[in-house]
Amino acid sequence: MRVALFVPCYIDQLYPRVAMATLDLLEQVGMEVEFPKAQTCCGQPMLNSGCDRDAAPLAERFLEIFDGYDAIVAPSGSCVSMVKNHYNHLVHGDPRFESIRTKIYELCEFLVDIAKVESLPVKFPYVVGLHSSCHGLRELRLASDSELNAPEFNKPRQLLQMLEGIQLADLKRKDECCGFGGTFAVSEEAVSCTMGRDRIADHLQAGTQVLTAGDMSCLMHLAGLIQRDKKPISVMHIAEILAGYEVPQ
Amino acid sequence: MSAVKNYDHPTNADRFNQDQARTHWHDSSLWFIREKRDRMARSLPEWETLRATASQIKAHTVGKLADYLEEFERNATARGVKVHWAKDADEHNRIVLELLQKHNAKRIVKSKSMLTEECHLNPWLEKHGIEVVDTDLGERIVQLRQEPPSHIVMPAIHLKKEDVSDTFHEHLQTEQGNYDPNYLTESARQHLRQKFVQADVGITGVNFAIAETGGLVVCTNEGNADLGVSLPKVHIACMGIEKLIPRVEHLGIFLRLLARSATGQPITTYSSHFHGPVEGGELHIVLVDNGRSELMQSDDFRNSLKCIRCGACMNTCPVYRRSGGHSYAATVPGPIGSILNPLRDAKHHKSLPFACTLCGSCSDVCPVKINLHEQLLTLRSEVNHRKQLPMSKTFPMKLASWVFQRPGLYAWLGGIGKFFLRTMPRFLIYNALNPWGRNREMPAAPKESFRQMYAQRKKAKKNDPS
Repeated sequence: MRVALFVPCYIDQLYPRVAMATLDLLEQVGMEVEFPKAQTCCGQPMLNSGCDRDAAPLAERFLEIFDGYDAIVAPSGSCVSMVKNHYNHLVHGDPRFESIRTKIYELCEFLVDIAKVESLPVKFPYVVGLHSSCHGLRELRLASDSELNAPEFNKPRQLLQMLEGIQLADLKRKDECCGFGGTFAVSEEAVSCTMGRDRIADHLQAGTQVLTAGDMSCLMHLAGLIQRDKKPISVMHIAEILAGYEVPQ
Repeated sequence: MSAVKNYDHPTNADRFNQDQARTHWHDSSLWFIREKRDRMARSLPEWETLRATASQIKAHTVGKLADYLEEFERNATARGVKVHWAKDADEHNRIVLELLQKHNAKRIVKSKSMLTEECHLNPWLEKHGIEVVDTDLGERIVQLRQEPPSHIVMPAIHLKKEDVSDTFHEHLQTEQGNYDPNYLTESARQHLRQKFVQADVGITGVNFAIAETGGLVVCTNEGNADLGVSLPKVHIACMGIEKLIPRVEHLGIFLRLLARSATGQPITTYSSHFHGPVEGGELHIVLVDNGRSELMQSDDFRNSLKCIRCGACMNTCPVYRRSGGHSYAATVPGPIGSILNPLRDAKHHKSLPFACTLCGSCSDVCPVKINLHEQLLTLRSEVNHRKQLPMSKTFPMKLASWVFQRPGLYAWLGGIGKFFLRTMPRFLIYNALNPWGRNREMPAAPKESFRQMYAQRKKAKKNDPS
C-alpha cells in the first residue's frame, strides 16, 4: 500500500521525532511510505481564525500534493479532521476531494482499522495518561465520548494496551478539552491556561507518569504548563510510545 | 453591572480567572450538573433516538414555520386566546405595555422567560412606572442585585449562598450572616408570596406551543408560573416563534429531553398546560420574530432555531464553566449564545465565536443535535466577511498563507525561527508581546526539521540499501 505521510507543519518544524516515529510505525506494518516534500500547512490556523479565503489556496495545494496515493496518514486528529470535515467549504466540488476525504486517516485509526495491528513489540513500564484530543474524539470518532449514549470503544487506548508493562491512568474527566484550541491558546490565554492546568491536575491525581495524546498541539500546550509549573510528568506523542522510543528526560 | 458594558470575552474571562478558587468552584458546580445529565442520558437506551427524532421534528417545523404559526393562531384563537404578532423587541414591548395599561396594571409577576430578557422588557416596563417581579428564585436573586442572568436555566449559578444571603439581607432584611439555604429560600418564598397576591397581571415565557391544539406548555421547577397566572385574571405569554411544535404527540419527546439535558432531572417539577383563558380571564400570546425569520433563510445557521433553551451546551462548555455567563455580555451566553448574538449584532459580539476551542462537546450534548461547534467555526469567517476582525488578527493569517504556498520559503523561515528560539536570551522570548509565554514554556526548538531528517534518511538508505 502506497501511503503518503502528512506531517503537520508545526510537527515538521518543532517535533520531528513525532513524524519520524510515525514513519517508523508505518514502515513496521509494511507500508510503502512517501513524504511529499511540497507539503506545508493544511490551512487549519487560517480557517479557525475566520480567514477562510486564506485557507482556500492551502486546501487547493493539499489536494494537488496528496492526490493519487492509496492512503494519507498523519499523526494528528486535528489536521486530518480539517481535511476530511472542513475542506468541503473551501474546495467547492473539486473531484479530488471526494477520494482524498475517504483515504485520509489519523495514525491510530489507520493502525487499527486499515493495518489491523493486533500486537506491538514494545515494553513501556509506565503509568500512561491518555489525553483524548477533541478533534480526533468528536470529529473523527477515534473513541466513544462521554456525551453520547453509545457503545464504548477507544482506538488509541486499544493500541496502548498492546504494550508490555503499561498501566493506563484513570482520569476523573476522561475527555475534557485541554484548552489549546489553536489561536484560542493566545487570544483567550487566561481560560486556556486554567483549562490546561485542570487537565494536568487530573493526570497528577491519577498518577500519570507519561502524558500522551494523538495531537501534539494539545501536548505542546500542556507540556508548556507542566514545564513552567515543574510538575513530574513526561510528555510524549502516542506515535513515539507505540514506536518504542525512549521517554525523554 | 458596570456602567460601560465590556463586550470583549477575553477581557471579561481574564477578570473572572483572576479568582482561581472561584473559577474552580464555578466549573465544578456546572460539571456536577453535566454528570447528572450524563447519568440521565445513559439511563434511557433510546436516548440517541430521542435526540435524532427531536432534531428532525424541529428541522421540519422550522422549514414550514409559517404554516404552523397560522395553524397555531387559528387553534389558539378558537380557544379564546388573543394572539399578537411582534416583528421585533420594540414591538413586543409596546404590545405588552399596551395590554398592561388597558388593564390599569401596576404590579406584574413574571416567571422565567429568556425572550423577555432578550427584549429587555423589565427596564421598559419599569420606565413606564410598572413594577415587574421575577418569580423564579434565581431570577429574583439577580433582579435584586440588578444583574442579568448568567445562565438561561440557572440564572444565579454564578452566586454562592453567601452572596445570596448578603443580597437578601440588603433587600429583604434577612438575618446578616445566615447562610442556611432553607432559611434563605423560605424568606424568598414569603417575600414572593406577597408579590403574587398583589399582582395585577402574570407574564410567563413559553417552552412549547402546539400548532395542532393552540395550547402552550410552560416548564418550571418552582410552580411559580402557575401561581403567577392563577391569582391574576390576565395572563400574557411571550414566545419566540421557534418554540412551536406541530403535534401534541411530539411534546413527550421534548419534555423527556428538556429536563434531562438541562439539570439531569427526569422531568421538570411542573409542566403546565394552558389551553385558553381561565373563566372570566384573558390569555394573550405574543409571538415574537426579532431576527428569527432572517436566521431561517441561512443554510449555515438555520439549525440554531432548533434550540429548546435547555442550557446543556453551557453546562458542558469548558470555556463557559471557566469564564462565567456574564463574560459573554449577552442574554443567552455559552455556545448557542455565541451563535445567536453575533448573527444579530456582529459589531458588539464579534469575540464570541472565538470564545471556543472547537472541542465539539456542545454538539454532542445538544438534545436537538444542533451542530453548534461547526456553526461557531463557520461564523468566524462570517464575522470576518462582515469586516469585524482587526488587521492584527487577519494580516498574520494572510502572511502565513502566502508563506505556506511557498515550501522553500517556509522551510527557510522555519530554520531561522528555530535558530532564534534556540539562541535568543530568555527576556527576548518571554515578554509582554508573547501571551503564550506568560504561563507556559515554549517548545524546545530542534536543530533540524523533519523534512531535513527525512532527506538525510533517504540518502543514507540509498547509499546503504541493506
